[in-house]
Amino acid sequence: MTTKRTIAVAMSGGVDSSVAAGLLVESGESVFGLMLRLWSAGPERPNRCCSPKDVANARKVAGRLGIPFYVLDAKDEFKSRVVDGFIRGYTAGLTPNPCLRCNRDVRWGLLLERATKLGATHLATGHYARLRRTNGYYRLFRARDRRKDQSYVLSVLGQKQLTQTLLPLGQLEKERVREIARDLGFVTADRPESQDLCFLGGDDYRSFLAEHLEPSPGAIVDNQGNPLATHAGLANFTIGQRKGIGISGPEPLYVIDKDVENNTLIVGPKAALGRTHFAIREVNWVQGTPPEADAPLMVQVRYRAPAVPARLEYFQDRVEVVVDEPVINIAPGQAAVFYHGDECLGGGIISR
Amino acid sequence: MSTYLDYAATTPMDDRVLDRMLPYLKEDFGNPSSVHIWGQRAEWAIEEARERVAKGLGCRPEEVIFTSGGSESDNLALRGAAFGARDTRAANHLLISPVEHDAVRKTALELAERHGFELEWLPVDNLGRVSPNDLRKSVRSDSAVISVIYGNNEIGTVNSIPDLAAIARERNVTFHSDALQATCQLPTRVDDLGIDLLSIGAHKFYGPKGVGALYVRSGTPLLAVQTGGSQEQGLRAGTHNVPLIVGFAHAHEIALARQERDADRFQMLRDHIIDGVLDRIPGARLTGHRTERLPNNASFVFQGVDGNSLLAALDLAGFACSSGSACKTGDPEPSEVLLAMGMERELALGSLRVTVGRQTTEAELDEFLGVLHDMVIDLRTPVAITA
Repeated sequence: MTTKRTIAVAMSGGVDSSVAAGLLVESGESVFGLMLRLWSAGPERPNRCCSPKDVANARKVAGRLGIPFYVLDAKDEFKSRVVDGFIRGYTAGLTPNPCLRCNRDVRWGLLLERATKLGATHLATGHYARLRRTNGYYRLFRARDRRKDQSYVLSVLGQKQLTQTLLPLGQLEKERVREIARDLGFVTADRPESQDLCFLGGDDYRSFLAEHLEPSPGAIVDNQGNPLATHAGLANFTIGQRKGIGISGPEPLYVIDKDVENNTLIVGPKAALGRTHFAIREVNWVQGTPPEADAPLMVQVRYRAPAVPARLEYFQDRVEVVVDEPVINIAPGQAAVFYHGDECLGGGIISR
Repeated sequence: MSTYLDYAATTPMDDRVLDRMLPYLKEDFGNPSSVHIWGQRAEWAIEEARERVAKGLGCRPEEVIFTSGGSESDNLALRGAAFGARDTRAANHLLISPVEHDAVRKTALELAERHGFELEWLPVDNLGRVSPNDLRKSVRSDSAVISVIYGNNEIGTVNSIPDLAAIARERNVTFHSDALQATCQLPTRVDDLGIDLLSIGAHKFYGPKGVGALYVRSGTPLLAVQTGGSQEQGLRAGTHNVPLIVGFAHAHEIALARQERDADRFQMLRDHIIDGVLDRIPGARLTGHRTERLPNNASFVFQGVDGNSLLAALDLAGFACSSGSACKTGDPEPSEVLLAMGMERELALGSLRVTVGRQTTEAELDEFLGVLHDMVIDLRTPVAITA
C-alpha cells in the first residue's frame, strides 16, 4: 500500500466535474475542490467557467459531498496566457483553439501547480477521456462515450502531467453521469451543455474580437487574385467558412486562405479548399516519443472533425502531415491531433 | 478536526450559555409582548437579561437595545443617529474612520450616496489609528455622527476611544464605536469610554450568533430603522428572540468575569505568534500596532504570497485562519483597511489574521508556526509554466 493520495478536483459547478468529485469521494479518496477564477470581459459578462452562480453551484456540490472547496484567483494569468493568445492568434491570421492552451498552461500548469502546493498528489477533472498505464507509461484514449470524447483538447498533456491526472468520467456515458448527478442530489444535474468559449461570456466570438481588435478592412480576391469585394478584418474569417463572406455568385464561395501580409482574403469554390499536406508546430507526444514516420495514423484537424488516415513526415526543422484524401478545413492555429485506434498519441498546432 | 485560530470571526458557545437558553427554546416559549403569564415569563427573562448586560456596561437597562447582532447595531447607530441629528439640528455631516467594518463603512457610504449626507473619512496613521488632533480638526457644528472602531477586526489596532469621544462630547456630536471585537477583551464601561452609541455582539464572546445590542446613551437623538411593534422602546420592532437574548446576557456576564484572566492569556499567546512569525519568516510584516492591539489578534502581511492560497493551504493542513482580502469567490480585493493605512495593493493581498481564544494552546501554536513558515516559503516559489 502506497501513502494515501490527496486529489484536487477542478470544479466548474457543472455536472461533469461535480460527478467526477462525487465518484472519487464515494470510492473513499481524500478529495478537495478547486476552482480558478478566470478572466472575463466584465462583471456583467462573467466567465462561463466561474460565474458567481457557478461558484455557488460548485460550493453546494462540495457541501453535499462534505469536501473542502476553494476558489483561487487566476484572472491575470488566464488573460495573458489564453485570452491574449487568442486575440494575437486572430491578429496573425490564425484560428486559435484557446481550450488547448488553457489545458496546457492553466489547468495542467497553474492549477496543478497550485493544487500541489496545497498538498494534492493528483488532479482530477470532468473531462471525457481515458487514461491507462502500461509498462510505466500513461496512455491517453478516447472516452467510451465517443459523442463526448475530449481527448482532442487533452492532446497537449505529457507524462509529467498525466502521472498526476485522474479522469473519472472516461468510462461513463453522459446519460449515466447525469443520472449519478441526480442520485447524488447535485444542483447541477440538469444544467445545459456548455458550448462557447468560457471567456466570451455569452458573446459571439466575432463581436468579442471586434471589441478587442482594430478594424482592418482589406480586399477579398478569388484564387487568381481578382478583386471581388472588401472585408472588415481577416479575424472574422476562418478557412473553410462559407457563410458571411457577403458575395453571391453562380456557385458558393469558401474561404480558401488568409494572406495576412497583404490583409487579403482569398475565396474560391469548394474544390479549391482541400489540402493533402500541412505542417505542424509545438508538437507534443503524450508518451514523449514521436510515432515512426510512415506509421498509419488518423488525424483530426478540429475538435469535432472526423479523424482521417494520415502519416507523418519528419524534417530537420518541421513535422509535416500527409493525408490520403484532401481535407477541406485545415486552419492554421487549430490543433492536428493524432490517433492510433482509440489511443490519442498527441498533436501539434497547424502552422500552414 | 482542524485547529481553530479564527476567534475573531466567531467563537464556540459556552456550554453554560446553552443550558441557560434551552428552557426558552422549549417550555418558556412565550412572546414577551403578550399580556398573559406566558408572555410575562418571557418578558421577565429579557428584562433580567437587559439588567445584566447594563450592569456589565455600567449603564441603565433602558439604554440597552437588543438587536440581531453587530451589523444591525451598526446600522441602527449610523442610520438612526444620522437621521436623528438631521431631524433635531439639521446636521448633515458624517465623520467615519476608513478602517471600519463594512457594517459601518457601507452604511455610511449608502447614507452619503442615497440620502444626501456629506461623508468625510477621518485620516488614519499607518497603524490604523485615528488621532484626536485630526478629529478635532475635522469635527464641525453640523457633524451628525462620528464613528470610530474600538478594536479593529482585521488588524487588531485599538483606538483611544475615550480621547476621541471627549472631543465629540465637547462639540455635542453623537459618537459611535463598533466594539464587536473589543467587548470582553478591553474595558467597555460606557462612562469610561464617554461614547453615546456602542455596538456589541454575543458570538464574539462565546455567546450565540444572531444577537447583540446597541448601547444608546439617554437623550441621544436616534430614529428607528426597523419599524413595527413598540419593542425596544420603538427603536427595534420585532418579536424578541428570547433564548438568544438570555444567552447573550449570560455569555457577557461570564466573559466579563474572566476578562482579565482571558485577556492576559490571549495576549501571551498572541505575542507568541507575533514573535514566532517575525523572527522566523522572512518578508513577514506585522499589521497594526505592536502593543495597542486586541489581546487575541495577530495579523500580518507576507510579501509575495497570495492570501487566498495561504488560507486554503493552511486549511488543508489543519489550521483555520482568516485574511482581510479573503474572498470565497476567488476575486480577491486588497483589504480596504490595509489600503487606508497606506499599504501597497500587492502587499495587501497577502494578509493573514490569526486570532486566539479560550481553547487555544501554546502547543497548537508551535505546530502552527512551523507549518506557516514552510507554507509561506513554498507559496512564494513562483509557479512555473512552460510557455
